[in-house]
Amino acid sequence: MKLIPCPLNGLRPADEFIYAGEVRHMPDPAQSTDADWARYVFHRSGVPGVKQEWWCHTPSGYWFIAERDTTTDEILRSYPAAQRKVEAS
Amino acid sequence: MAWRLLKIGLSSRYPEPRMFRQPARLPKGADVVIIGAGGHGLACAYNLAKQHGIRRIAVLEKGYIGSGNTGRNTTIIRSNYLTPEGVRFYDRSVQLWRNLGPTLGLNLFYSTRGHYTLAHTDATLRTLRWRAEVNKHLGVDSRVVNPDEIARALPMMDMSAGGHAPIIGALYHAPGAVARHDAVAWGYARAADQLGVEIHQQTEVLGIDTRGGRISGLRTSGGNIATNCVVSAVAGYTPRVLRMAGLTSPIYVHPLQAMVSEPLKRWLDPIIVSGSLHVYVSQTARGELVMGASLDPRELHSTRSSREFMTDLAQHMLDLFPFLAGVKVNRQWAGLADMTPDFAPIMGRTPVDGFFLDAGWGTWGFKATPVAGETMAATVASNRNHELIQGFDWGRFERFELTGEKGAASVGH
Ligand SMILES: Cc1cc2nc3c(=O)[nH]c(=O)nc-3n(C[C@H](O)[C@H](O)[C@H](O)COP(=O)(O)OP(=O)(O)OC[C@H]3O[C@@H](n4cnc5c(N)ncnc54)[C@H](O)[C@@H]3O)c2cc1C
Repeated sequence: MKLIPCPLNGLRPADEFIYAGEVRHMPDPAQSTDADWARYVFHRSGVPGVKQEWWCHTPSGYWFIAERDTTTDEILRSYPAAQRKVEAS
Repeated sequence: MAWRLLKIGLSSRYPEPRMFRQPARLPKGADVVIIGAGGHGLACAYNLAKQHGIRRIAVLEKGYIGSGNTGRNTTIIRSNYLTPEGVRFYDRSVQLWRNLGPTLGLNLFYSTRGHYTLAHTDATLRTLRWRAEVNKHLGVDSRVVNPDEIARALPMMDMSAGGHAPIIGALYHAPGAVARHDAVAWGYARAADQLGVEIHQQTEVLGIDTRGGRISGLRTSGGNIATNCVVSAVAGYTPRVLRMAGLTSPIYVHPLQAMVSEPLKRWLDPIIVSGSLHVYVSQTARGELVMGASLDPRELHSTRSSREFMTDLAQHMLDLFPFLAGVKVNRQWAGLADMTPDFAPIMGRTPVDGFFLDAGWGTWGFKATPVAGETMAATVASNRNHELIQGFDWGRFERFELTGEKGAASVGH
């Protein structure tokens, strides 16, 4: 089975993890238009590339960030959630 | 027979004419250019030529005809959806499917089998009842059946699902069918070709040009082509093509895998789906079991197969059919599913004038091939979204008006 690097537990089998999607910037709901909000809720960057993603190691309940190439499924790095970079798009 | 084979073997000429021409180079311009020669792109081209008399049509395909999801799918055709928009649309497709072989002059091996969606929990049964009522209301043949009736129809199935997920009912949909996927692509390609449509294989679209918010042409690996009208029918490649047009959308891509067993003597007539067990299966005319499950759990733009998929699916197959324990898996493969948040497609006009989208077909679009061709062609010809696709329009997300089809499309594609 594929192994995934967890910043807390080291290399662990893939079936101990869940994937929770790309790290995204949430616009301020009070400031954004309905159209901007809809875009935030529904639109995704569906094109392939290296993406910053939310992952969770379920046995330890630990959430972290992995950078993964969505063409090869390779995880390039992983680090604690506090180190994520979120840019307004 | 042997004599004919020998003659063909010794001759340098191909005995049968090709099913369609292979034009040498791209035309300089076209009235409509369709990106993607899967079933959807080809059906749209055919309908544009046949019903709307448009003559200068080019279909561009980066690989070969049917090399995308059309040639990778498990070919389940049904109309027992959940929303009225979905039921009407897929019901029109089933009507077109019934006469499609004769229309295209090719045997599509269309085979009506009946389709069971199994319920193992009260929550599932509730959704199945809901679907049955919506279906009946719109004249589609669906009904909820009880465990006795299921056991009588499928005596070889373990009604307790290995003891851990007893079957408490099912949605039975008599029109459920399967068909030969390659033949669908070839049939539409030949019929379109005969009407003058140019199909260019090995031609990848690399860029989309716009002028003042309008389509003006395409850049491809085989040169440029001028046009004011483009239809994108590229399934799992949709986000990449949208980016060329400067658009983003809710579409995200996950692989969907499937596998097939060695051929067995015929024992399974209907199509069986269990959402809770993540398994669906039908038996082909050649006797192979075609099996599938739910989507891979994360975004990936690769058609690799995984061992976990095969072992999980085999496990769930054995819950329902323990006697298959000694049967071998012959092949497994994957396609790229273009998923939407509401499990309904995105069809018709887009914010770019002259750029039409036929996408968001995820795990469920093969059955829609004929109706998507019909409605997209009508939409392009009139520059107005066809009545049957109005619930699938590009703008519905911005209006927060989703067409929630998940209850009918998540595992039972
Ligand atoms: C394993 C699996 C099982 C499925 N089972 C079912 C089922 O049982 N029932 C059902 O209804 N649906 C099913 N589906 C879904 C169904 O296969 C698809 O929704 C449907 O076939 C989509 O058809 P299409 O013509 O839109 O796309 P495709 O057949 O994928 O065609 C798109 C074409 O576009 C080409 N292309 C992409 N980018 C470019 C470019 N830049 N330039 C030129 N060409 C390009 C590709 O090469 C491809 O040939 C399944 C899918 C999979 C993967």
